[in-house]
Amino acid sequence: MTVRAHLLLAWLVVLSGLSPAALALTTEQALAIAAGENDSRIEALNAAVARGDDRLPAFVQAMLDDEVKVAGDRVFIVHDGKSTDAASGAAAALPEGADDVTNNNRTRGALEAALAGLRVLSPDVGVRRGAVEELAKASLDESSLPLVEKAYAAETDPGLKRQLERMRATILVSSSDRSKRLAAAAELASSNQSAVASLLQERLAPDSESDAEVRIALQQALSSVRSRLAWGERLAVVFTGISLGSVLLLVALGLAITYGLMGVINMAHGELMMIGAYTTYVVQNLFRTYLPGVFDAYVLAAIPAAFLVSAGVGAVLERGVIRFLYGRPLETLLATWGISLVLQQAVRSTFGAQNVPVENPNWLSGGVEIMSNLVLPFNRIAIIAFAFIVLAGVALLIARTRFGLFIRGVTQNRRMASCVGVDTAKIDMLAFSFGAGIAGLGGVALSQIGNVGPDLGQSYIVDSFLVVVLGGVGQLAGTVVAGLGLGVLNKLLEGVAGAVLAKIAVLVFIVIFIQRKPSGLFAMKGRSAEA
Amino acid sequence: MKRRFALKAAWAALAVSGLVSLPALAADTIKVGVLHSLSGTMAISETVLKDVALMTIDEINAKGGVLGKKLEPVVVDPASNWPLFAEKAKQLITQDKVAVVFGCWTSVSRKSVLPVFEESNALLFYPVQYEGEELSKNVFYTGAAPNQQAIPAVEYLMSKDGGSAKRFVLLGTDYVYPRTTNKILRSFLHSKGIKDEDIMEEYTPFGHSDYQTIIGKIKKFSSEGKKTAVISTINGDSNVPFYKELGNQGLKAKDVPVVAFSVGEEELRGVDTKPLVGHLAAWNYFQSVKNPTNTAFIKEWTDYAKAKSIPGHKDKPLTNDPMEATYIGIHMWAQAVEKAKSTDPDKVIAAMSGQTFKAPGGFTSTMDAKNHHLHKPVFIGEIKNDGQFNVVWKTPGPVKAQPWSPFIPENKGKKDEPEKK
Amino acid sequence: MSAVLGSPVAAGTIAPRRGMLLGMRGWAGVTIALAVVAVIVPIANLLVPAGSAFHLSEYAVQLIAKIMCYAMCALAMDLIWGYTGILSLGHGVFFALGGYAMGMYLMRQIGSDGQYRMPMPDFMVFLNWKQFPWHWALSDSFVAQMLLVVLAPGLLAFVFGFFAFRSRIKGVYFSIITQAMTYAMMLLFFRNETGFGGNNGFTDFKRILDVPLQTPSMRMLLFVITGCTLIAFFLMARAIVDSKFGRVLQAIRDAESRVMFTGYDPLRYKLAIWTLSAVMCGIAGALYVPQVGIINPSEMTPAASIEIAIWTAVGGRATLIGPIVGAFFVNGAKSWFTQAFPEIWLYALGAMFIAVTLFLPQGIVGLLRGPNGVVARLRRGLRKEAESVS
Repeated sequence: MTVRAHLLLAWLVVLSGLSPAALALTTEQALAIAAGENDSRIEALNAAVARGDDRLPAFVQAMLDDEVKVAGDRVFIVHDGKSTDAASGAAAALPEGADDVTNNNRTRGALEAALAGLRVLSPDVGVRRGAVEELAKASLDESSLPLVEKAYAAETDPGLKRQLERMRATILVSSSDRSKRLAAAAELASSNQSAVASLLQERLAPDSESDAEVRIALQQALSSVRSRLAWGERLAVVFTGISLGSVLLLVALGLAITYGLMGVINMAHGELMMIGAYTTYVVQNLFRTYLPGVFDAYVLAAIPAAFLVSAGVGAVLERGVIRFLYGRPLETLLATWGISLVLQQAVRSTFGAQNVPVENPNWLSGGVEIMSNLVLPFNRIAIIAFAFIVLAGVALLIARTRFGLFIRGVTQNRRMASCVGVDTAKIDMLAFSFGAGIAGLGGVALSQIGNVGPDLGQSYIVDSFLVVVLGGVGQLAGTVVAGLGLGVLNKLLEGVAGAVLAKIAVLVFIVIFIQRKPSGLFAMKGRSAEA
Repeated sequence: MKRRFALKAAWAALAVSGLVSLPALAADTIKVGVLHSLSGTMAISETVLKDVALMTIDEINAKGGVLGKKLEPVVVDPASNWPLFAEKAKQLITQDKVAVVFGCWTSVSRKSVLPVFEESNALLFYPVQYEGEELSKNVFYTGAAPNQQAIPAVEYLMSKDGGSAKRFVLLGTDYVYPRTTNKILRSFLHSKGIKDEDIMEEYTPFGHSDYQTIIGKIKKFSSEGKKTAVISTINGDSNVPFYKELGNQGLKAKDVPVVAFSVGEEELRGVDTKPLVGHLAAWNYFQSVKNPTNTAFIKEWTDYAKAKSIPGHKDKPLTNDPMEATYIGIHMWAQAVEKAKSTDPDKVIAAMSGQTFKAPGGFTSTMDAKNHHLHKPVFIGEIKNDGQFNVVWKTPGPVKAQPWSPFIPENKGKKDEPEKK
Repeated sequence: MSAVLGSPVAAGTIAPRRGMLLGMRGWAGVTIALAVVAVIVPIANLLVPAGSAFHLSEYAVQLIAKIMCYAMCALAMDLIWGYTGILSLGHGVFFALGGYAMGMYLMRQIGSDGQYRMPMPDFMVFLNWKQFPWHWALSDSFVAQMLLVVLAPGLLAFVFGFFAFRSRIKGVYFSIITQAMTYAMMLLFFRNETGFGGNNGFTDFKRILDVPLQTPSMRMLLFVITGCTLIAFFLMARAIVDSKFGRVLQAIRDAESRVMFTGYDPLRYKLAIWTLSAVMCGIAGALYVPQVGIINPSEMTPAASIEIAIWTAVGGRATLIGPIVGAFFVNGAKSWFTQAFPEIWLYALGAMFIAVTLFLPQGIVGLLRGPNGVVARLRRGLRKEAESVS
């Protein structure tokens, strides 16, 4: 039996009525749980659970929070700077040289299972929910049945009741009673847990289940669980594809604007993203030093900061270098490559050659569990949302503002726009800065999902070019479709062929596609012939 | 056309004169080479080794140097470019005439420079854990061989304390070190009765950063029955997005523990370690190991990092296994030179045999008499909230290295010492 | 002629010569170069004792050889960019393919002397392969592999170029898809399963044609061959550029549509020069590998290919001698900087890119030889002096 099963058995003893006298946790018992070999510690924990000490839940929680210390033969809990004696609960001074109690995965697992068992009958529904989820992950068997039954009977919350019912079914599916097995199999058909699928598969092994009718029921249950899981997998591919696509979209958007406008592929685009990411790092540090209370909001402050810094650098680049290379796209390409080297080295000299740590704020850590095999991380959801917000912003700006009007005009026919009175040099500079600012926003997004280092730009530069080239120039729709499409395509292939082959296949696809449609997906239709 | 003539002649003259080697200056210093990437993908891990090397050289010079002469470091940047490693190594040996080189991290870089060192009969001290399967007369390996890191880690995972894992995911970066280590581990797992269908092997390229699909695959694999553990030989900065994704997707250490061989205190600097508590690493040293030698070592590094304003370390100084190995290696070399009374490589090689040094890891490290590897203790640590490691298991004493792993059948008959060429 | 179209490369128009390829001085220059490569350097390295001020060290010889291989690539780039107007940012892949073809042969020549003492290359041993994959079938034969040095880059270039030029992909778009090509090949070669050593690449070469590689005389022989090949390529390029074929190429660079209107099919010309330049890079790669001792997919990174373009731009496009000068200058600077001032090397390189594209569109050679170049000004100054005296 597993550790958890042991504990639940212990709980069975408790619940079956052995007097749970309000025994206090003694120092020896606390010491036995806190110190010594793992085997003996877990045994002591089992024993304590069986006895039902009422100080046990608090003690176990303190153990999990790394708040327990041992000095000699006394055990202390240090909470919020105040130290109390573990056994009596009275305040006690912490002696010098007290050792921390350390846990490894095994002891931590045992402690969490103990806590779950202690809490499954708590009056607070939130506590019960946590306990039920914890129990669901343990492998249960017949001995845990009474506990589950009792919890089920006492449960009022309908969602938790369903979960407990399913838990019961996972146990009963191996029961000796045939009708119970049949009922359990039918019950399990509605599950979407992959653990249930593997349990059903085990039961269908040649020597497990002999009864034919039960086997049929198990088979049906298995196929229904599997089809539900398959949906989870399909959704996962779509989500990861859109997530990758949204990143590609963000990094390519700025480039699409500058290339569409000036016909310049800016090889320093990756470095502008890197500058945005480093700005995020600096903002993070400022918040950490001066505004620790609202640290989690640093990302929101970093967004405008990164935009402005990158736009500023872009403006300097445009005025300083690119302006003189007008009409010579290949030279611009090389000059901007030189700029990218300079920017990389500048960042290396300022921040060091190593990566810098950018932490996800709390509201971006973790994920939401849609299904047992589908967890959508918050940071990726946020990036998808962010990408679309930025896209909407850019689209609005281009379609509805004067500035956008001028950009469109200069893109379509520079000479005419100039004749009509548009200051093309100023538009160039502003548009380039704008594209650079968007690159900075891309950097903010990248800082949340990957490394921030001087080489950040290099990893995305080829991808962003290909999105722009594939999408065609002059219309945002091309960039959107190309970005999202490439992301989803990449992820689809990745599941089949592995990351590298998928990438290669996507590259080959782009090369072939460009042969067929040299101006990309959404090319601008015009009448000017090339020189 | 005169110009073309003149140009060509001028270039030829310049080229030739610029490269003619000047006679060596009067030798009142001993030059030592430091060959670590200071830029490129591996700068993340290697830059700090350059700094530790310089710190150790300063320490030795403060005590009077070696053979009465001061050590003069010659630092070059091979920029994570393996062919450039070979070129820089050649430069250090033939141009700068260094007595010894401390350097390399990836096995690729080591394999690129190996022919250079063997041909010139020069000395290289290599401080990083690696895949074994090599034993050169001209190299001293102060990092762990698989039996000093990988095998004990897997044994721990299979033990009760480690979670009694019965299925394994071998996840690595696609180059020689993970490939060879996984070959050894697969053979080891077979010997313990684990079948091929319970082993999943997967590789990603250097610099890969999108781990969503792979973590999905791991979840699927682990839910197909018995307890699963992941053995990660992912290298360099790919680890940061890997661990971030691991945390975000809720893969907890007590469900599917991940043990990594290339992740130490420095690599965790860029990651939020709260969701990663309980994941593991196997090394021969952790910063959290408590003993007086380590306390002194950490203090020396902290002071040095502050004094030299080393980025990152000046605010939050961290020490890790390859740093310790560099420190041990330089000291052992200095001791061997004193013993041999010369910097001649063959004499130093002979004097290195059996050298001992009190290592910050808490044990006395010994250089094996024959096989050019250190006897090192093995520690298994779990990640804590603060990014440090909590030692959950250790060997009672140092373990002798087996560079030719007994789990690779082609190694039968290989001797435990460098081949005579 | 080109001034009308505002093409920035004015130094590229050269009238076809009848008879001799180069002028008297040109041939003198070539002879000097040949003498340096085949006579002076071998003497300085092999016969002059080490320690003497005239000794040329092994390190220097290897460095010059490496740069000569790079110069061949730059020359190839000049043919397609300087004279035909096609900027390729993926030429590194052809260099690498030639290198890999040579490398395969050298790996087979290691025989059973590898780390594992098996008749297969080490990386196949740790991948657990029991026999050679199909693409290693001919790797034992020197002749077959040398053919592959020419065929592999040639075929890739031909196929890629055919489809690209046929679709009339030009300019920046073309450059970007060459980046995609080299990036895809790089990813492919980084995979260990592809069977080219993955990230390790090929290294630890021992012999060529059963003669040990690491001896000074073998190294010098390779050096001399490399030098002679570079000079031969230069002469060949000169011949191409001075011919009618070369005129059409320059016309395509200056005004492709008009070339089409006048009845030429640019596809054939572009494809021919493109494939030729790829083969030149392949041969350069094949000579590079035994001298440097290692090849790995980092030769195929997009950045490496961009550097080839930089050597050409710095030296001076459409001059043929310019790219060679550029390659020596940039790589010499790199070697010196990364030794003396490693921290600021990238600043210097970046600044060089920017300065050359902004201020020196004609490159170094243009700086010296162009209409406003140093030599021209000197001449004018001297002439003025002569006039004022008389």
